[in-house]
Amino acid sequence: MRIHLTVNGLEREADVWEGSSLLTALREDLGLPGSKNACEQGECGSCSVLLDDQLLCSCLVLAAAAEGHRIRTVEDLGKDERLHPVQRAFVDAGAVQCGFCTPGFIVASYALLRDNPEPSEAEIREALSGNLCRCTGYGKIIEAVRRASREMYR
Amino acid sequence: MKSFSYAKVATAEEAAGLLKQRNTRLIAGGTDLLGLMKERLIEPDRLVDVNGIAQLRGITATKENFRVGALTTLAELAAHQATPLIIKEALADAATPQLRNMATVGGNLVQRNRCWYFRSAEHRCWLKGGPRCLAVDGDNRYHAIYGEGECRQVTPSDLAPALIALDATVVMRTDEGEDSLPLAQLYVAPTARHRREHAVGDDDLILAVRIGGDALRRHATYLKFMERATWQFAVVSVAASARLVEGRAQDVRIVAGAVANIPWRVKAAEDLLAGEKIDDARALAVAERFVRDARPLRDNAYKVAVLRELVRRAVLRLKD
Ligand SMILES: Cc1cc2nc3c(=O)[nH]c(=O)nc-3n(C[C@H](O)[C@H](O)[C@H](O)COP(=O)(O)OP(=O)(O)OC[C@H]3O[C@@H](n4cnc5c(N)ncnc54)[C@H](O)[C@@H]3O)c2cc1C
Ligand code: SF4
Ligand code: FES
Ligand code: FES
Repeated sequence: MRIHLTVNGLEREADVWEGSSLLTALREDLGLPGSKNACEQGECGSCSVLLDDQLLCSCLVLAAAAEGHRIRTVEDLGKDERLHPVQRAFVDAGAVQCGFCTPGFIVASYALLRDNPEPSEAEIREALSGNLCRCTGYGKIIEAVRRASREMYR
Repeated sequence: MKSFSYAKVATAEEAAGLLKQRNTRLIAGGTDLLGLMKERLIEPDRLVDVNGIAQLRGITATKENFRVGALTTLAELAAHQATPLIIKEALADAATPQLRNMATVGGNLVQRNRCWYFRSAEHRCWLKGGPRCLAVDGDNRYHAIYGEGECRQVTPSDLAPALIALDATVVMRTDEGEDSLPLAQLYVAPTARHRREHAVGDDDLILAVRIGGDALRRHATYLKFMERATWQFAVVSVAASARLVEGRAQDVRIVAGAVANIPWRVKAAEDLLAGEKIDDARALAVAERFVRDARPLRDNAYKVAVLRELVRRAVLRLKD
């Protein structure tokens, strides 16, 4: 089936299978492999995107249900030559190891700081509780969000 | 996942019409349904997407009536200023921020259970039409500590016990219009002929959940025990509510989640509190009575101890 949606500010179209998730459509049909596919069951947050500005797991959204909606993925936040402050902070704080969880954390951290410029540690932990990382132990990730908050709202 | 056809509808009538077709399922937030479909635990031929039905969204609140549409997300419910505190407490630790933005109230109430044998495609247990329950002799650390039936799975929802503690009713669509019934009646232990956790049929449409003014004025609280501090289904949860008249408890409700096939109440424990002042000794007596008839399995006697303590604490919290 054909779907039409706005992805990262551009009107896009894709031909997808009914059972295809938004995540699969983004990665395989729309050329946006930044959102990662790990558990496919809503458990890890590596597929986090913004749909009409709401943070959610794109692995549990049918591509067909995204018809007519606005999607923002990690690709829209920054470019190689010009990182978003959240991305820069993850690099500077050493919050990236294997990097697989990172795009999901970046999008979730972005959504947090958009709504809450100066979150407490408890608020950061709660906001990122839907994102799992197997490498860093979370301390550096929380540090990165604090840095990004200072950088963005100083 | 198996192929299926997909239709979006804009009215409850349209949805009800399509849901009468064979092997058809309604999809709301999709967070449970799609997980089950990916594991091929259910294989519908048709999905009816109800997200376009505006009538099913949003919250209306007055002093005497709190009504939340079935399509309202858990995040919207948690954020609304008129939402009772006990519901906010129940949602604070439910799932994750991403999932709370997607999951709907209706879907939360009829989500399937989390028994690992049930969720695994390789195991054909009794609830899935097999010959016997695999949990009885298997790993049953999270399973039921009450009830007699074949199946030992437990209620996964955080919302259901909290709503039942407020005597919530559920508004269902019927061909004549709408019909209300106590939410508690939605939950039935599965039987050999009805191997399901609830009385909601695949063609039923939940429109809303409602709480009346008396219950809205009660003191009420929700406590949840998890294996880690966030992102976990309850190991045990307790919702309690009561009206306080000159320091004495009336209209007592104590509802435990994740301990049985259905949200679990012990009338005799509630009666022990009715008409009494709440103090340490009374709270302990109520908690002891609540767990007296528990029958744990091999691996889950610890849940009885956790439940006793949660009931005790919840009762004490009703004081303020
Ligand atoms: C990783 C993870 C962790 C979770 N943790 C928790 C937790 O801690 N606490 C908790 O309470 N829940 C938890 N959940 C469950 C989650 O809250 C439910 O999956 C969600 O609420 C279901 O709502 P939905 O709108 O996504 O339903 P769907 O997946 O769209 O539907 C689920 C079922 O409900 C039916 N349905 C939906 N709406 C209606 C309606 N209006 N009328 C009739 N039938 C309807 C559907 O047909 C389907 O059978 C968790 C889920 C996941 C994936
Ligand atoms: S407890 Fe129920 S769902 Fe789990 S294995 Fe037994 S019959 Fe199946
Ligand atoms: S891949 Fe979507 S939550 Fe894990
Ligand atoms: S950096 Fe490896 S999973 Fe997070």
